Amino acid sequence: MNYFPDEVLEHVFDFLTSHRDRNAVSLVCKSWFKVEKWSRRRVFVGNCYAISPERLIARFPRVRVLTLKGKPHFADFNLVPPDWGGFVYPWIEAMAKSNIGLEELRLKRMVVSNEGLELLARSFVNFKSLVLVSCEGFTTDGLAAVAANCRFLRELDLQENEVEDRKGQWLSCFPDSCTSLVSLNFACLKGEVNLTALERLVARCPNLKSLRLNRAVPLDALQRILMHAPQLVDLGTGSYVHDPDAETVNKLISTFQKCKSIRSMSGFLEVAPLCLPAIYPICSNLTSLNLSYAPGIHGDELIKLIHHCRKLQRLWILDCIGDKGLGVVACTCKELQELRVFPSDPFGVGNAAVTEEGLVAISFGCPKLHSLLYFCQQMTNAALITVAKNCPNFTRFRLCILDATKADPVTMQPLDEGFGAIVQSCKGLRRLSLSGLLTDQVFLYIGMYAEQLEMLSIAFAGDSDKGMLYVLNGCKKLRKLEIRDCPFGNVALLTDVGKYETMRSLWMSSCEVTLGGCKVLAEKMPRINVEIINEYDQMEFGFDDRQKVDKMFLYRTLVGPRKDAPHFVWTL
Amino acid sequence: MEKPVVYDNGLNLEATELRLGLPGTNEHEKQSSTSVRSKKRASPEMAEETRSKSSSCISDADDDAPPPKAQVVGWPPVRSYRKNSFQQRKGEAEGAGMYVKVSMDGAPYLRKIDLKVYKSYPELLNALENMFKFRIGEYSEREGYNGSDYTPAYEDKDGDWMLVGDVPWEMFISSCKRLRIMKGSE
Repeated sequence: MNYFPDEVLEHVFDFLTSHRDRNAVSLVCKSWFKVEKWSRRRVFVGNCYAISPERLIARFPRVRVLTLKGKPHFADFNLVPPDWGGFVYPWIEAMAKSNIGLEELRLKRMVVSNEGLELLARSFVNFKSLVLVSCEGFTTDGLAAVAANCRFLRELDLQENEVEDRKGQWLSCFPDSCTSLVSLNFACLKGEVNLTALERLVARCPNLKSLRLNRAVPLDALQRILMHAPQLVDLGTGSYVHDPDAETVNKLISTFQKCKSIRSMSGFLEVAPLCLPAIYPICSNLTSLNLSYAPGIHGDELIKLIHHCRKLQRLWILDCIGDKGLGVVACTCKELQELRVFPSDPFGVGNAAVTEEGLVAISFGCPKLHSLLYFCQQMTNAALITVAKNCPNFTRFRLCILDATKADPVTMQPLDEGFGAIVQSCKGLRRLSLSGLLTDQVFLYIGMYAEQLEMLSIAFAGDSDKGMLYVLNGCKKLRKLEIRDCPFGNVALLTDVGKYETMRSLWMSSCEVTLGGCKVLAEKMPRINVEIINEYDQMEFGFDDRQKVDKMFLYRTLVGPRKDAPHFVWTL
Repeated sequence: MEKPVVYDNGLNLEATELRLGLPGTNEHEKQSSTSVRSKKRASPEMAEETRSKSSSCISDADDDAPPPKAQVVGWPPVRSYRKNSFQQRKGEAEGAGMYVKVSMDGAPYLRKIDLKVYKSYPELLNALENMFKFRIGEYSEREGYNGSDYTPAYEDKDGDWMLVGDVPWEMFISSCKRLRIMKGSE
């Protein structure tokens, strides 16, 4: 039943930007499905193995912007062997063959090859934006192909990728006619770049808003580049080191003063502390500051810097700021919404400089805080309860106590009550990571209160299957569950197998599930891929159902077992 | 309903954890840490047992300074990219050492040198000359090493043999897998 012509419907649907809204709209009736299908420009695929490129193209033939995610999250922490999968080439190839007018490709934890980048650069005339996060498998030669061939490139954003740096001149491959860049981020590259080419590139791109340099770009080059780009909004410095003679620092100060639009800064991969004050004038306008790769800035200098940053909304920092420094953040940064405190010495002994005190101070000073990642030496229930009371707006709460099973050092109790307070108070909580000594009780709380929870990460926690069952039964919106080193076994895994079709994926490693349990699950649920990842004992596949499974990754899919699984991955 | 087990300083699960630490780095462990998990998994009862065992170990050592923590794979959950960027710097700061094999055509055995000790090509070449008692010629981009029978080469990450001296020092350091002093022309 259609009162409007398709064009009008399409125009109305244009206002729907959220994937979920558009998905809902497609279910209303056949004609809405059709209009939505042909007008869908942006598609998000959270697991590249849940669907195939061919089916995606058939479903959304006019897709322009594609986001793909590959490896499971725990791959970030070396829990997934290399060559597990997540190859983007088949997607690029399929889209090229079908003449998809691809404009933007955003990939996370995928394997990208030079061939893929070359094919991409050749096949999509209007290609504008490439964003690669935590990807690997390519070299700067692939980047050269993109630079040389994507005539309308607006965005090249490389975040934390492992890229092999060849002695090439990839940056010089941007032709003189390329003036369209809006965002260029190559901070993760390790090698030299042609500084002259970089300067000229920046100079001819008047719309450049975001520039993140790598370590090979020295301070004097930064200063020259900034003279060409006073309109920058986001700056990542390269190496911020120079013998601080007065002239350099003065030049720097006057250059930074011209950059009135900078709202976000990162980098400082190496720092000469005496050059740091040059950025104080910018600090008062900063809303985002990432100093988490700058171990060269010591606590006192950090504190001096923070004093100038009153408008900060997002802060990523190292724990060398200390509890005292976090106290300064709490007094100064009243607009703070997101805080990440990373460990400066991940394997150090007792050198981590933040404890529950820093977090409590932040919770008192920053009521708008809604996103937290906090690596700390210790945590107490009392502190978590206070934090829960002060900051009921958390949507993301990730706590990582460096000693994974550490109890509350004051009471010697597990941290069940503390996390229980968090989930009870923060009714909008969507993502939660636990650590510290935890029993089944914390999972009871999570199941009871965490109604909006979508992603949960658990390590070294719980006592029995009951723990996992509380979560599976209680968290109706759960999409991703990842568990390592917990005593959850087949009973927990198999009690409600239908649940897994409502979720994107489940990861369980070093738990108590057995091969037999996984087989039962795989048989009952044909639309779930149950992958067993077994780096050792490959010959023992299938011989003993009582054998415990080292790593299991299961995910819902419409396309059955994948065909590119390596030999150490067995899809049941 | 409350468990009677006393929760001690969080070292309870160490006995059943996979580690990358060297055997013997953690005084509390009786067995070599690396082999604990890979073949045979501890049953829950055994895990309980080892838990209480380690607890009793700990109470003895409570007075001592905390032992160096053996590393557990993937903990703390820091992205490899971030970890690598710190380790690189640590290596630079502490001289973690980058030993590569050096072979010389005709020599009966190979040597090993620490590339981190040297800051430039002349320093490295000088050291090689002293180690093997030979002289290297003059380097030029056009002709390689002139004036001697010996040519220094290195194997890079791709397995190719490259002439020493073409690329910037930092790049050489990060891609050199082994060295070879070639004798004779070609």
